[in-house]
Amino acid sequence: MEKVSLNAPIVFHVGPVPVGLEVVTTWVIMVVLVVLCYFGTRKLSVDEPGPWQVVLEAIVGFCEDIIRDVMGTEPGPFLPLIGTLFIYIATCNLSPLLPGVKPPTASFETTGALGLIVFFSVHALGVQRRGLLHYLKTFFEPYPVFVPLNVLAEFTRTFSLMVRLAGNIMSHELTIGIVISLVGLLVPIPFMALSILIGLVQAYIFTILATVFIGGAIGTIEKG
Amino acid sequence: MNVEMISVLSAAIAVGFGAIGSGLGEGWAVAGAMDAIARQPESAGTISRTLFVGLAMIETMAIYCLVIALLLLFANPYVHA
Repeated sequence: MEKVSLNAPIVFHVGPVPVGLEVVTTWVIMVVLVVLCYFGTRKLSVDEPGPWQVVLEAIVGFCEDIIRDVMGTEPGPFLPLIGTLFIYIATCNLSPLLPGVKPPTASFETTGALGLIVFFSVHALGVQRRGLLHYLKTFFEPYPVFVPLNVLAEFTRTFSLMVRLAGNIMSHELTIGIVISLVGLLVPIPFMALSILIGLVQAYIFTILATVFIGGAIGTIEKG
Repeated sequence: MNVEMISVLSAAIAVGFGAIGSGLGEGWAVAGAMDAIARQPESAGTISRTLFVGLAMIETMAIYCLVIALLLLFANPYVHA
């Protein structure tokens, strides 16, 4: 049996820093997304929208609806963060449908970085929206006894955000690998079709949870 | 019994027990959501979105067990291959 490793394979070194396969895939995905969005938004028209404009408007509208439904505020200032998270994670999760691509979200490094982005955004937005003292006061609710639990919850929920995404995607990749090694032809295809569903649901859940955390920090919804 | 055998056994036990717990939990959650949708079909959208988030929370426990099992199988710190 071939050696299975949970670490990212190293592609090349920049000076002393090793660059893993995930980073390369991430940069390729970023370039593809930027190019698609650049050329998709060149000829915007209200009366005769092109096919790309309709697709992009549907995605943006979907993200706006998430923020509006979950947080109960106007999506304006949060749309760039939430929308980027959803589009990037969904693209990463769907990338293994291309032959030979390993999804970056299957490794804990990538999802750890995404989790840290959410962690710092939550506190920054909370302080910005409520003021430092009012934001710190939320940690003393409902009683001051709960301060250690509230602080601990900030870290555990970020950790679980990271482990959930990476664990789901990685375990599904491993499942497909095991099925391929057992029966090579045609049988893995339903599993790969299932990976579309799992990838989109996990991207949706990550986005919803990030929205819930931010909504709790800025006080539009009950802190979760 | 050497370390490798114990690791494989404990990986199987970890995944098995983790699956029992989160299976029960997800079953109850879905049953509750179905009840709620049957009573109030007009709020199906809100219920199913909350259900998704809740299921993700419950499922995380099983994923934790899976990650520990994978660590034991593929990245065991006590086995020097």
